[in-house]
Formats: sequence, structure tokens, C-alpha cells
Amino acid sequence: MRIYLDHNATTPVRPEVVDAMAEVLGGVHGNPSSVYEEGQAARARLEAARAQVASVLGATSDDVRFTGGATEANNTLLLGLLSPGDHVVTTAIEHPSVTAPLEVLEPRGVIVTRIAPDEDGCVAADEVLAAIRPETKLVSVIWANNETGALQPVEAIAAAATDRGIPVHSDATQAVGKLAIDLSRVPLDYLSTSAHKLGGPKGAGALVVRGGRDVPAYLLGGGQEKGQRGGTENVAGLVGFGVACALAEAELEERVERYAALRDRLWQGLQDKVGQVRWNGDRERALTNTLNVEFEGLAGEVLVQALDLEGVAVSAGAACHSGSIDPSKVLTAMGRSPEQARASLRLSVGHGLDEAAIDHAVGLFTTLMPRVRAMEGA
Amino acid sequence: MTSVPLESDAVTSAGRVVVAMSGGVDSSVAAAMLVEEGADAIGVTMKLSESESRCCSLEDAEDARRVAERLGIKFYVANYAQAFGREVIETFADDYLAALTPIPCIACNKSFKFDHLLERARVFGAERVATGHYARLEHDPETGAARLFRGRDRQKDQSYFLFPLTQDQLRAASFPVGELTKDEVRDRARSLGLGTAEKPESQEICFVPDGDYAKVVERLRPEATRLRGEIVDETGRVLGEHRGVHHFTVGQRHGLGISSDRRLYVLRIDPREQKVVVGGVEGLDCPRAQVERVNWIAGCAPEAPLRVRVQVRHRHDAARATVTPLPVDRAAIAFEEPVRAVAPGQAAVFYDEATDEEVIGGGWLVRGDG
Repeated sequence: MRIYLDHNATTPVRPEVVDAMAEVLGGVHGNPSSVYEEGQAARARLEAARAQVASVLGATSDDVRFTGGATEANNTLLLGLLSPGDHVVTTAIEHPSVTAPLEVLEPRGVIVTRIAPDEDGCVAADEVLAAIRPETKLVSVIWANNETGALQPVEAIAAAATDRGIPVHSDATQAVGKLAIDLSRVPLDYLSTSAHKLGGPKGAGALVVRGGRDVPAYLLGGGQEKGQRGGTENVAGLVGFGVACALAEAELEERVERYAALRDRLWQGLQDKVGQVRWNGDRERALTNTLNVEFEGLAGEVLVQALDLEGVAVSAGAACHSGSIDPSKVLTAMGRSPEQARASLRLSVGHGLDEAAIDHAVGLFTTLMPRVRAMEGA
Repeated sequence: MTSVPLESDAVTSAGRVVVAMSGGVDSSVAAAMLVEEGADAIGVTMKLSESESRCCSLEDAEDARRVAERLGIKFYVANYAQAFGREVIETFADDYLAALTPIPCIACNKSFKFDHLLERARVFGAERVATGHYARLEHDPETGAARLFRGRDRQKDQSYFLFPLTQDQLRAASFPVGELTKDEVRDRARSLGLGTAEKPESQEICFVPDGDYAKVVERLRPEATRLRGEIVDETGRVLGEHRGVHHFTVGQRHGLGISSDRRLYVLRIDPREQKVVVGGVEGLDCPRAQVERVNWIAGCAPEAPLRVRVQVRHRHDAARATVTPLPVDRAAIAFEEPVRAVAPGQAAVFYDEATDEEVIGGGWLVRGDG
């Protein structure tokens, strides 16, 4: 039996999503841009999905521009919007799909201010707002951090920045489906999200653009997605995205509580049975599914591998391409030492887990721990 | 020598084994052989370098990963880059500045493939570590004591690099390709369809891919670029100048930067005086040597002087000698015939006198002839 505790990396696709996608792949082959019946059928499915995505976010269908995922959404916005001389306020705990485009833009003359988080991984709204300058073109703040689940004061930032006429973007990839987001009540201008973090397929996502703003095209071609993204739409994937969003909307309250119960049970078990653990973050200011925990003095890389061999999937830091693990930049930004960061694991719960699985995982942690602690300098 | 039946096969087939997979053909085939035996093999590539040097590069890790996928075994990358930099690369630079001729692969084998990786294997619930070394092991069926032998393929034998392994490490070790020749290894890789079958061999030290040792030393120890000294003959006559003793090793003939009517070799290097002594080839002949940090494979030193064959560098035909254990892990070596170019910093490995097959022990050559 595998116990999957890495739902922030990706999630198992929900059976309802698989069914809907299979139906489209098997029976709806038209190109949504085509005028005839097959095209119209595909178009109808695509627009139904758009409405489902819009609905879970409290946005309108007009706002939703489909992409190949949140990375593309973040790249589209940042590379499209920012020009030399522009200033952008962001945080030190963004996902690489935000940090990497900004690092490309910096040598081209875009000025970036990165606000550091507190020791629990949250930035302060007033610090973000205080960094705004006359030439600030955008504020971009992650809604919930992918490694710690730490929630950022996006709503407060959006309200205040909009008052000052500064557009605000949030990468909400981890937040959608794990907490309530209602853009009809938050004056956010741009939001990025992805299907595979909430039970949908990989390779589908959206950039939500409020109020008919213009974002330059990222992929030039047939003018799909209001000209922002050329290329025939991934109809089946986007239909799956829509179903995943509809499920999230219907289940949200129950999900938030269920995840919290599993996550808290895991934390309690680790405290009681394993010991020498420290929560990287603040329970009250984090996604209810995420527990980033430092196992004092241990090598997270070894723990991840040993747990995998015993059937438990967890992650440590950010995996680099070769599969070895470098200390997390998010944790070091929170003031942890490289050693503490290397000793930390991200545990994230989700659909398909129950109390018995959590207890089994805690049991395996307990069994492995003496072996790991026996390592010299582990 | 009585040949004790190999017990390693029986032991490995029983359980979980970590295979150190470099991405080369030897460790690929080692992993395949363990899988064939029914072992629960786990492939691990050790990331030893932060940068992309020849060995342990991303590409090699990907080669190893593909072989593991092909074999259907688990695969992980183990990051030891920091420790490798500290324990191996920096020691290498310091040794060169101390006018030694270091051979970092030996310390790397011991401390990474065995100390560190064996430790990790035990966390994985594995009792054994397998590598692609050309060496053989035999285990005493009664006591479990391990004996270490040269690989069947004398051209590829790597037992020289394994002399510091302890009994605990040897008992946990497995060298599946030690019974094969290199050609047999490549044949097996081909017939298994492993992508590494035709991969060229890595001969150099992995973090000195272009063979320019001095450049590595100067990168790590920039003060070395300011070193200057004299090249003298055996009578003390100054023949020329040099830019630091790290540019020289004992026995070196090329790159001395001096002209002479006879062939000159580096005979001795004095790091304190920054003096390089050169002379004719006969000055390299060494009747005696002394080693430190000696490891005896059996776990304890012999009680009396022992007639052995001594190999003083990789690819040297072991020379007959008598080795006398000395206190605190040292030993004196008296060669039957003088041996040429015995370089401090290299290892002297003792093999049994009769067959020149079994590793008895070894140590690190020190300056002076003891």
C-alpha cells in the first residue's frame, strides 16, 4: 500500500475527472474554432469548463484565459506586462515560475523588490504596500506557499493596492480547492491557477484576468483565448480542469475540515511518537492540508528515500532536476539555517487518505527514525 | 591458496542491496547481475560535485537512472557534494601543496561508497553495498571474515583502490563484476540493452577532467599562484626556477622547464624550501619505503615481518618485498630490488607473495625512506 503525502506536488486525478476526460477524448474530437457541429460541440464543452473554473473563483467566464498550467500563466503575465524601468513588488517565497521570469527580467531593467516573510513564512501586508513606488507596475504575491502552506494577506494587499491604482497578481495554485476564494469580493486583477493541484490533469491551468485588462500574447497563433494564447485548446484537459473545480466548489467546506483533521492527526502522531520535530509555520496561518516539519538534526533527503522504500511519498525542499535535494529557499527565507532546511519535510494531505493511512505513516516514521538518527552526522 | 566458495551470492539474493551507480558500464552491469540473482537492488548515484564535472555529472546520473528504469529497480540521487568538496577536493589541494602525489579516489571509495553509502543503505534496510569495482571477495563460511582479491581481469583490477576498507565494510560489500573481464561486462551490457554498454571509460580524477592538477590546486588555494622556488640537482646546484611545488610529482620528466644534456627526473620535493630536486633516473630507485595509516585486511597486523608483493601505484607490477609492521599503524617496506619512483602520497598495497592475488593490506607512502 502506498501512502501519498505530497498533494502539494500534484494530486491523484479524481475518477469523475477521468470519466469526463475519457468521454471527451472518445467522443468530442472537434476543434473548438471550427464552425460546424463537431467544432461547436467541442466549444460547448470548453465553455462549460470555463464557467466551472470561473465559478469556483467567484470570477466570470470572460475573466478565465486557459493556459497549459500555472507556470505558463505566471510567465505570460510577468513577461508580458513588465518592461525595463518598471518596478514590481513581490515576496521571497514565490514559486519558481514567478521567481525565474523575474530573474530574467531584472538584467533587462525591471526592478524587483522582494519582501521577506516572518519566521512562520507569512509576509506582512503593510511591508508589501510600503514598498510600492510611483513606477510600480505590479504587485505579485503568492496566495499560499507551496512548501509551507503559509497563507499570505493577498486580500488586504489587493484592497489597499487597488485603492492606489496598482494592479495585483496572485499565484493561487496551491490555494484553489483548499480554501474559499471569491474574486467578486476581492479586487484582485490577476490570478494564476492549475488543474493538477486539485484533482485535475496535468497540463491545464488558467490565468484569470479581471475587468477586461489586456495581457500581451504569450503564444502567437490562431488567436485563441482572446488572442493571448494561440494553439488549439487542450479540450479534454480543460474539461477535466472544469470538473475538478466543480468538485472543489461542492466539497470545499468539508475538504478544508477533513484535511485539517488528517494533518493535525499527523502532527500529533509525529510529536507523540517521533519527537524532536518543529512545525515550520503557524497552524492558524497555513493551508489546512500542509505540514512542513523539521526533524531536528536529520537529513531530509535520506528520510524521503527511506520513506519511499517503505511506501510513503513525501518531499524535502525543492527537488532539482537530477533528483538530489538542495536546501529550500523558502525555509531559508524564513530564517532557517541550511541544516534546518535540509532536515525539513513537506507533508501534504488530500483526497484518498484516511486516519488509518495517517496512523500507518506515523508508524513508519517511528520505525525509521532510530535508523536515520544512527547515521553519523545525519 | 585454498579457494573458499563465494558466499556473497547467497547473501545478496536474500535481501536488499544498494548499488552505487556511477552511470558507467561497470556499475550498470553490477546492478543487472544483482537483479538477476533476485536481490532487491536499489540504485544510488552519488552527487559529489556541485558543478558539472565529468564524473557524477547530471548526464551520468541520468544514464544511471535510465539503467535503473530498464532493470526495474528503485533509483535515488544521494547528494554528498558538500562533504566531497570538504573531505576530498580540499585535501587533494593541500596534499599537492605539501608536495605529495595524492590519489583521491582511494579516500573517496572508502569514505563515500562505503562509510556514507553503507550508512544510508542501513537506513534503507539494506545490509550491503555493491559497486562496479573489479575486485573479488571471499567470505569465510565459519567466521564470516572477508578476504579481498584482485579482479579476474588483471588489466582492469581495482583492488589497489580498496585497501583501506575495514572488515565491517568488506563484509557488507559486493563486487559483482570482479569475476568478469571488461569485455564480458560490455557483452552483458549489450545483451541486456543497457544504454551504457559502449560508454568510454573515465580514467582521470573526476574533479580534474582535463588532467590539469595545478589549476585545481590554484583555484582552491589561490595563494599557490604566488609560490616560487628553485630547481636544483643532487649537489644543490641551481638549474632553474619554478612556480610552486604543486606543479611537480616524483618521477616527473616533462615540464621541468630546464634544458640539460641528460634526461632529468624529479627525485624529491621539499615543500618547506619550495625546492625541487632533479637528477638522473637512477636517483629514483628506492630500496625502502615507509607507510602510515596502514590497514590490514584481516583486521590486525601480522606479528612478524611478512614477505609480500607491494604495488606502489595504480598500474605497477607489484614488487617482492618484506613488510615489517611498526607501532601506530605504520609499516616499513624493504624491496628485494629497488623500486623506481615511489611517490609520497600514493598508496603502497601489499599482496600475498605466492599468487599476487590477495590483498593483505596497505598504507600511505610517507616522505623519506624510513
